Amino acid sequence: MQPDQHEIEFTVNGTHYRRMVESRMLLSDFLRHELGLAGTHVGCEHGVCGACTILLDGHPVRSCLMLAVQANGRALATVEGLASASGELHPVQQAMHAHHGLQCGYCTPGILMTMTAYLAEHPSPSEDEVREALSGNLCRCTGYQNIVDAMMDAAARMREAAP
Amino acid sequence: MKPAPFKFVAASSLDHALALKAEHGDEARFLAGGQSLIPAMNFRLARPSVLIDINALTGLAGIDRSETGQVRVGALTRYRALERDGDFLRACPLFADALPHIAHPQIRNRGTIGGNLSHADPASELPALAVAMQAEMRIRSAAGGRTVAASDFFAGLLTTDLASDEMLVDITFPVLAPRSGACFMEIARRRGDFAIAGVAAIVTLDEERRCASVRLALCGVGETPVDAGAATSPMLGSRVTGEVIDTVAAGVRELIAPSGNVHGSPDYQRHVAGVLVQRAIRTAHQRIGHAA
Ligand SMILES: Cc1cc2nc3c(=O)[nH]c(=O)nc-3n(C[C@H](O)[C@H](O)[C@H](O)COP(=O)(O)OP(=O)(O)OC[C@H]3O[C@@H](n4cnc5c(N)ncnc54)[C@H](O)[C@@H]3O)c2cc1C
Ligand code: FES
Ligand code: FES
Repeated sequence: MQPDQHEIEFTVNGTHYRRMVESRMLLSDFLRHELGLAGTHVGCEHGVCGACTILLDGHPVRSCLMLAVQANGRALATVEGLASASGELHPVQQAMHAHHGLQCGYCTPGILMTMTAYLAEHPSPSEDEVREALSGNLCRCTGYQNIVDAMMDAAARMREAAP
Repeated sequence: MKPAPFKFVAASSLDHALALKAEHGDEARFLAGGQSLIPAMNFRLARPSVLIDINALTGLAGIDRSETGQVRVGALTRYRALERDGDFLRACPLFADALPHIAHPQIRNRGTIGGNLSHADPASELPALAVAMQAEMRIRSAAGGRTVAASDFFAGLLTTDLASDEMLVDITFPVLAPRSGACFMEIARRRGDFAIAGVAAIVTLDEERRCASVRLALCGVGETPVDAGAATSPMLGSRVTGEVIDTVAAGVRELIAPSGNVHGSPDYQRHVAGVLVQRAIRTAHQRIGHAA
């Protein structure tokens, strides 16, 4: 059987791409292997761990549960796009650094993508709400407390920056 | 690449999607949110040879109210849209309780009500809601259309009444009767996991504030959502007391036949189901309010 190929056009972190993809290529694998954006991690490939979370038109989704061909016409954002062009880290990244919110870092890109979108929509969350927002991202190292602390701090920093 | 090879077609209209399904039958699957189908394909538990992507069919998404107050929800409506629609949650309060239990925000951003109901996972919340609320499922094929009651839609484990050329296009939820209260509750091992047991209850009182009807449906305790209506007869015509609620819970424990799983034995599931029945009926009753 001839591979079922499709031409797709989309943006990742504002950069425009046009590529041929085979229909069975997962978006997670496509980002990593075809575009070299290996910041998006792959853990379970069935939607449970959250490591592969990216933004699709601004909303967090599992890139392991989408086909690359479904990205046609869409705007994607990955962890590579969080820091500014000059290299200054996003406030959520800064807070993760300051609070030791990561150890091995495997879960971190997914957590960053989930939480930047969450905090943009909910600037003043309670600690319980932060835990709920984090519930779809597994971390085997930190025990979560430092991540929660980082998110509360990041929310405060972002409120200060844009009151 | 994990899924086995397939041909991908982005349907450009409902007729296009239905024509493709008529042509390819069981070999083809509709791709909605992909939150159940893609994991199954990644594991190669599902190997459709044709994938009909319906995500561009925006006419299949959305919520409207008829003049009579019935709520019609398009099959492609995502959980994300449902949980952010205050009017919908007020009209269908069981959804306000149940949606936060479905997976995680990232999955709710993609998953659709039609995909959920067509997938017919017996542990899923929404089939039980559809049965409790006496929803009507509207089905289309290239050859025509029909409507099926939720109670007849769920045929077995991951199996519905849909034929190989059919699509679920929308779901209609009747208006809650006056003096009604509703509650959904579940217990799962971890936030967002499928339930060990879950209960949807709708209690309606008559003008003397005696129980006029109780709708009770459970998830996670059988091969399909379980309509526990048969266990509710002790409540009908009586005041909603602790004693009568206990009788109903005992009846539900008798009625269900959970098979047990890694999260709990059949006895444990039966126990949890009974406790949830008590709590859900009590809460539904409290929510009726006195103004109504
Ligand atoms: C980590 C994780 C946790 C989850 N936890 C829960 C949970 O707690 N509770 C829960 O209910 N669900 C849970 N889910 C499943 C999720 O809710 C899915 O979104 C849902 O089961 C399927 O909806 P979908 O739109 O993603 O459908 P898809 O995955 O696209 O499709 C599912 C099936 O339905 C068919 N189909 C889709 N739309 C139609 C239609 N309109 N007509 C006919 N057939 C159609 C498809 O061909 C396929 O066979 C979880 C999923 C994941 C990944
Ligand atoms: S790799 Fe996608 S959720 Fe685990
Ligand atoms: S830091 Fe290792 S998994 Fe989270």
